[in-house]
Amino acid sequence: MADLEFLARQGFAPDAGPPKGLPDEIPITLTINGERRALHVRPWTTLLDLLREDLSLYGTKKGCDHGQCGACTVLLDGERINSCLALAVTKDGSELTTVEGLAGKDGTLHPMQEAFIEHDAFQCGYCTPGQICSAVGLLKEGHAKTREEIREMMSGNLCRCGAYTNIVDAIEDVLAKGAAK
Amino acid sequence: MQQTSMHETHVGSPRNRVDGRLKVTGEARYAAEYTAPDLAVGYVVSGAIARGRIRSVDTKAAMAVPGVIQVFTHQNRPRTAWRAKAYQDEVAPPGTPFRPLYDDKILYSGQPIALVVAEDFEIARYAASLVRVTYETEPHETDLGKLREKAYKPPKTRSGMAPPPPRGDAEAAIGAAPFKVDESYRIAIEHHNPMEMHASTVVWEGDGKITVYDKIQGVQNTQSYITHVFGLSNDDVRVLSPFVGGAFGSGLRPQYQLFLAVMAALELQRSVRVMLERDQMFTFTYRPDALQEMAIGANPDATLQAIRHDAIGCTSRFEDYQESVVSWSAMMYRCDNVTTTYKLAQIDTYTPGDMRAPGAPTGMFALESAMDELSYKLQIDPLQLRLRNYAETEGGGGKPFTSKELRAAYQLGAERFGWSRRNPVPRSMKEGRELIGWGMASGMWEAMMEKTSARATLTIDGRLEVGTATADIGTGTYTILTQIAADALGLPMEKVTARIGDSSLPMSPVEGGSWTAASAGSAVHVACNAVRETLFKYARGMDASPLANADIGRVAFRGGRMELMADPSRYVTIQDTMRAGGVDRIEAEETAAPSRINQLRYAAYTHSAIFAEVRVDEELGRVRVTRIVDAVAAGKILNPKTARSQILGGVVFGIGMALTEESMMDHNLGRFMNHNIAEYHVPVNADIHDIEVIFVEEHEDKINPLGVKGLGEIGIVGTAAAIANAVYHATGKRIRHLPITVDKIIGEKEAA
Repeated sequence: MADLEFLARQGFAPDAGPPKGLPDEIPITLTINGERRALHVRPWTTLLDLLREDLSLYGTKKGCDHGQCGACTVLLDGERINSCLALAVTKDGSELTTVEGLAGKDGTLHPMQEAFIEHDAFQCGYCTPGQICSAVGLLKEGHAKTREEIREMMSGNLCRCGAYTNIVDAIEDVLAKGAAK
Repeated sequence: MQQTSMHETHVGSPRNRVDGRLKVTGEARYAAEYTAPDLAVGYVVSGAIARGRIRSVDTKAAMAVPGVIQVFTHQNRPRTAWRAKAYQDEVAPPGTPFRPLYDDKILYSGQPIALVVAEDFEIARYAASLVRVTYETEPHETDLGKLREKAYKPPKTRSGMAPPPPRGDAEAAIGAAPFKVDESYRIAIEHHNPMEMHASTVVWEGDGKITVYDKIQGVQNTQSYITHVFGLSNDDVRVLSPFVGGAFGSGLRPQYQLFLAVMAALELQRSVRVMLERDQMFTFTYRPDALQEMAIGANPDATLQAIRHDAIGCTSRFEDYQESVVSWSAMMYRCDNVTTTYKLAQIDTYTPGDMRAPGAPTGMFALESAMDELSYKLQIDPLQLRLRNYAETEGGGGKPFTSKELRAAYQLGAERFGWSRRNPVPRSMKEGRELIGWGMASGMWEAMMEKTSARATLTIDGRLEVGTATADIGTGTYTILTQIAADALGLPMEKVTARIGDSSLPMSPVEGGSWTAASAGSAVHVACNAVRETLFKYARGMDASPLANADIGRVAFRGGRMELMADPSRYVTIQDTMRAGGVDRIEAEETAAPSRINQLRYAAYTHSAIFAEVRVDEELGRVRVTRIVDAVAAGKILNPKTARSQILGGVVFGIGMALTEESMMDHNLGRFMNHNIAEYHVPVNADIHDIEVIFVEEHEDKINPLGVKGLGEIGIVGTAAAIANAVYHATGKRIRHLPITVDKIIGEKEAA
């Protein structure tokens, strides 16, 4: 620990680049929302803290840091995971999609984002990015066909505002339209 | 707006949230998501004992970690206000507020005792684990059940929270009543647990000035707390909370992370962020438990003869937190003999606080459970019992209501639910291995309005901006303010911007109590009307104006034009009008306040009728709430879409209260042990089945110009009682202590 030069870190500006002279940092490559990034991470840094603290990608939320709430859900190689439980260094070479990467480059919303707005599937919005990423992952898994199954398989994402029925409506809508990619 | 009644107005129509896109794309920023060039991160060290003092605190190891900037404790805390009163925020209950790092005294378990500030989060968190503290413990008490004899009437009443005066002779009438219920009820302590943990980012602007992003339901409350505690002026402190990741009352009072972040930023003269951990979300305010005794007496014809409701709520040792637990029992039904008492007992925790409909689901759980019990004794349908004792005025003899369509809510709710098909006998309905129960309850909540100011600015590009310093904690405030403003000037919603959550905007109280739509909504309404009138004056004064002789009441503001209702081909545009008037902006700041005369003359409440279906697997002790119908009478519904969501959310909160939520205190340690959301059970998606929300037509014209009553609280109020009543109907087991967990279903005997 003692030889780490933490003072070399100059703030949290987006894409500030790897901090210099930190021997304990490990180079990894992540493709985040389609953009390949060479990063230097410390071994204890979670994907969640990497996104929020180092890359200023605040769309991914911290709600418990213990894998209990699902607010930090992202898509890792297309599968939904709790980014607070994943150490960044173990995901070298992976492809990561966060809520910021769901909409098209031209700003066209992902069908799941559209459906969440249309069905008022959120209130405060804090669990929303996690819910949407989780829902996109859910449909890709292809197991959920009924409301009952959607409810069950979305139960890793807490919503304290209680938008659950609207969340199920939104997902069911996208499922029915077969629009989820 | 009568003028545009021929056309669809935004107010009253379902509209998507105007902040929806920001929220689904991750662009909405919350308190911990602002940054600054040299941002430092603070991590809170929580105390380990429930009562006593800190004997020693050793920060050497923590300070030695590279990247640690400072460790603040009570020993090196910078000077802050000396008088305790300076720490009393806008909604503080009577008493001496908790002052973080004030001295060596430990007042409750989990109390913040140090703040480690480091160059980044992980370093701060690691260093915090190295802070060594020794304590001198003193005996603590956290068991409310043991404090009945020590309960006291709070010497200083929190405004509006005193139980109503007794009427008639409840004791004698209960004694004489041929049918009676006399039982004890309890709820569990609950924690708010908004999904966003409490956080404050303090940006050091130089020269003693700070910009604060705080998780708060009232930016001006935070601002005035900071100025009083740290001796700054309003000009030095700007507070912002454009997005709040839920709060449910936990963000009414500035919480300790704010104090710590501001303290560190001012002392270090650099930007500091402090975000709490989830377990630390159990180290400040919570919904208090109460010991409740409820007695109801009735005649054979099911008319209520007497109600007695006594409650002892828990509070901290330093503040007398009070809420309305018993007053509902004096107002809900027609009854001539009513006595209520409300006392407090002090336990060694942080001060409890307002949590969604503070006091109401607590007291209404007792009242509405007792009414259900009474219905079985009288052998009358529970809904009929309520109708038999329907209060046409407050409590049957008090003030008239501004409006009350609860009767229609009962009727519509019962119809949609299919209540008439209910077999009244407990344990009579079964499907597969599950017993089915149908229960119902009533709900009420005060329809309040608070004095609020707003500014409206119309610019020549045809855009309108409205602003007031309130908050949107997911309630839909941005959207309804946009709707109200758009209607006033006849603009599409895309041309309107609502600004809130900024202390530099016109004065607003904290967002809470279900008063925001009525208060901020009315303020925006009057401000926009002032702009409208000014604009219309310009329009009349234009050369050869088609509106020269028109009355504003006969002109429609629509699509960026003002046109004669009688002949829409005669119009002027907003832009031409402003150009002709030689102005490029019209601005008005107005204040809306409730009518004191109407407040004295009338009682104003929202009401609800909740019908619940549960399915109970007795062998497993599992209860599922498979169906809820909640019929709500709440005056004008501004946006049926977001309004419905408000009620859905309240109902889900009520399901949690009924079945799963319970902050478990280890009285030995004096600490909440299940301080995480794997063990504190917030309902998950699989717990929530069908919920139907009905808004009953209710004409309201006395409480505010919009006729709106507010919806944040009413959804939860009767929900837990309706579920408990359904559980009784399913199983014959009367459970009077929430939550209704597996052990209670299995352990409770069937009632005689």
